[in-house]
Amino acid sequence: MAEQDWMSEVRAMVGREYGRVYAWDEVNAPMIRQWCEMMGVDNPLYTDAAYAATTEHGAIVSPPAMLQAWCLEGLHPNNYPPGSTKENPYEVLRLLESHGFKSVVAVNSDLSFERYVKVGERLYYTTRLDAVGEEKTTALGTGYFVTLVMSFFSDKPTGDEKVGELLFRVFKFRPANVQAAAEAPKAEAVQKIKRPKPGVSDDTRFFWEGAAAGKLLIQRCKCCGTLRHPPGPVCTKCHSFDWDTVEATGAGSIHSFVVMHYPEVPPFDHPNPVGLIELDEGVRLVAGLVGVKRNEIMIGQRVQVEFQSFDDGELTLPLFRPVAP
Amino acid sequence: MTSKKTRRFEDVRPGEALPELAIPITVPLIAGGAIATRDYFAGHHDAEAARALGAPHIFMNILTTSGLVQRYAEGWAGPGARFGALKIKLGAPNYPGDTMTFSGEVSACDADKRSVEITLKGKNSMGNHVTGTVALVLP
Repeated sequence: MAEQDWMSEVRAMVGREYGRVYAWDEVNAPMIRQWCEMMGVDNPLYTDAAYAATTEHGAIVSPPAMLQAWCLEGLHPNNYPPGSTKENPYEVLRLLESHGFKSVVAVNSDLSFERYVKVGERLYYTTRLDAVGEEKTTALGTGYFVTLVMSFFSDKPTGDEKVGELLFRVFKFRPANVQAAAEAPKAEAVQKIKRPKPGVSDDTRFFWEGAAAGKLLIQRCKCCGTLRHPPGPVCTKCHSFDWDTVEATGAGSIHSFVVMHYPEVPPFDHPNPVGLIELDEGVRLVAGLVGVKRNEIMIGQRVQVEFQSFDDGELTLPLFRPVAP
Repeated sequence: MTSKKTRRFEDVRPGEALPELAIPITVPLIAGGAIATRDYFAGHHDAEAARALGAPHIFMNILTTSGLVQRYAEGWAGPGARFGALKIKLGAPNYPGDTMTFSGEVSACDADKRSVEITLKGKNSMGNHVTGTVALVLP
């Protein structure tokens, strides 16, 4: 799709460098202490001068993850301290906003540190608009990935020193679900992702009802006694439609297996091991493996069924756990 | 002063797993974390503003996530580990009422620099809130 005319204005900004944005406050102990309190960081290097004096730094330093925070403008947008550039390093975001891409989420934050900064240092950063991607549609909505690279310096009379860098990527988008979210009940803020439910038919209902009751049921032909799984309406041996079920002991061995590494799909465990289990009764079924590390799963390993309940009892699944031979 | 020891480079092996760390996600953590990182964007402290942006509730800002990643890496490595890099990618948002559980492992060791790389993730009920790597120089 051809880009809108106004996008050429956006494209022309890529590569642009923006001048200094200073920190409102020099690196200071009270703001460090409050940051540590909120984050639950208990390293005395950031709060205990006596301890810090014994370290390679010699004095209290800023937690490295605080680097960007020192230079944020605070309550009032674009209210930068005296000496800062009059340009707006985020003008590309404002431009995208003016064309309806009002929402923003941070996507990547890649911090690298040349050295730690001490209490008393005054920081500033310069910005380069690194990239604006093609229009993308994600679950959040449609918009653009914007990448900014910020270089952080310590302002020194003897010559400024680079202390770190931040590659910051945001997704600037037009939300897909404003209406839906506004109507969502407030108590349900966290929409827990549930396991997919099996498709239950007249042929398979016995299996899932058995699982819910803690029983591993196998279909049996009433005519010739042959066991079969997965369930079906007809005996593959004698073609009889008559069947009942027997309860398996749940003991078996791993006939084969696969480990799902990618993609990582919630709410499943990661990595996600899945076994093809040969029951001692002679049929095979596919089921999750539990209680085993991915590099310890072996073909022939003895396993025993156990039933686990998911999503507040909505679903009970037979899973298999390795046992001693 | 601290009684906590810093891991020595020689004591760390590639593939070594870090103990998990579960962090309850609360309104005070999200709103307080945003303010402690000087991030006054309304979506991090004002539920109505967050909903107007399409979110069901306030959501954690990336600087708080970075701080929690620092806490997780440093809590394992000890107070004398020096950060060389902290690189994260954001996924599912952290909303109040959820729990984020960090897990990680040592993914690389560089003997010349005495540097180790930790690959980690913080998972909540909707999937991975954060994935990333931390580079630490150990004594």
